[in-house]
Amino acid sequence: MKCGICSEKAVYKRYCSKHFKDYFENKVKVTIKRFGLLKKKDNVAVAVSGGKDSMALLHVLHKLGYRITAVAVDEGIAGYRDKTLKTMTSYCKSEDIGYRIVSFKDNFGKTLDEIMDKEKIRPCSVCGVFRRYLLNLHTRKFDVIATGHNLDDEAQAILMNLVKSNMSLLFRLGPVSGYHNNESFTKRIKPFYLCPEKEVMIYSFLNKLNTEFSECPNVGLSFRLRIRDRLNEIELKMPGTKRNLVDWFLRIKEKLPGDLGSPDTCRICGEPSTKERCNACNYISELKLGGN
Amino acid sequence: MDIFIEKDSKNICLAYEGKVSGLLQKLKVNPETVIVVRGGELIADDDLVSDKDSIRLMSVISGG
Repeated sequence: MKCGICSEKAVYKRYCSKHFKDYFENKVKVTIKRFGLLKKKDNVAVAVSGGKDSMALLHVLHKLGYRITAVAVDEGIAGYRDKTLKTMTSYCKSEDIGYRIVSFKDNFGKTLDEIMDKEKIRPCSVCGVFRRYLLNLHTRKFDVIATGHNLDDEAQAILMNLVKSNMSLLFRLGPVSGYHNNESFTKRIKPFYLCPEKEVMIYSFLNKLNTEFSECPNVGLSFRLRIRDRLNEIELKMPGTKRNLVDWFLRIKEKLPGDLGSPDTCRICGEPSTKERCNACNYISELKLGGN
Repeated sequence: MDIFIEKDSKNICLAYEGKVSGLLQKLKVNPETVIVVRGGELIADDDLVSDKDSIRLMSVISGG
C-alpha cells in the first residue's frame, strides 16, 4: 500500500515513515493546544524511564523546541532499570539535554529489590507511591512535569479505577492530572494523552530511539496487566474502544463541579497529601526505611 | 519463514505466505501488541510476507 500523501510505501495505515512522524508530532501539538498543557516559556521536567514512551516524549518535546530537562527515578530494580537508564543518559548526552537521576537508595536507604526481599507486599503499590513522591520532591522548581502516559495507559487506569470503584482516584486522571494551584505540587501533563501505545512505539522505532523490549519483572503481579490484556482483546474486536473510553471519561469529568481543591500537607515531610500523614511516610515508617 | 518473537526471546520457523495480518492471526498474536519488522524496516498489516523472509515481532507493550 502506498502512503495516502506521497507515493512512498506505507509503514502504518496510509502513512509512510516521514508522514507518520509528521502525523504523530502534529497529534502531540494538537493535544498540547487542546488541553492547554504547555507554553513555550515553561521549564519542563520530562519524567523519563528510558522506555519507548518517555524516550519518544523527550524526542518530540525537544524537536518541538520546549525547554526540557529529563528526570529519572531509579528504583534499583536490577536487570531492568539500570538498562533503561543507560538509554536515557546516552540520548541526553548526544542531544545536549540536561538530566538528573534520583534514586530510592539515596532517598530511602534501600532499593526496591532490597525492600521486596524482606517484605511480603505488592511491589507496585510501594513503587508507585515512592516514584510519585520523589518526582514531586525533585521537580519543585519546574513549571510542569511531562509524563509519557499514552491513550492505552489512560484507558487502563480509567477501567482499573471503575472496577475498584475508586472514584476519587478516577477523577484525578486526565491530560492534566493531580492538584492545581498548589506551590508544593508540580502540575503533571500527558502530551501523549490521545496517542495509542502502538503509535508511540512506531514513532520511537522510526526515530531509532530505544525500542528494546523491557518489562518490569514485577509486572506479573499487577492488576493493570489483567486489565491491559482484556482491553487489547476488546480493541481488536471493536476498534476505537480505548479512544471511546477516554472520550467518555473527559465528558464525564467536565460535568463535575470545580476542581479537586488543594491537598493538605503531610505533617511529617511537608509534601502534598490528602491525609495527615502521606502514603510515602506511612511506607517509610512501616518498612523502617531511611528518609523521614 | 524465520520469526523472532521479542517478548519471549523465542525464534520459530513457520511455513506461511500472505499478509502480515494473516501471519499474526496464525500466530494468535494481537496486532495491538506488536509491530512487525523485516530487514530492519517496519512493515504494515497489508504487506505480503513469504517463506524466505526473516521477521521480527517487536512488542509494543513495555514498562511496568
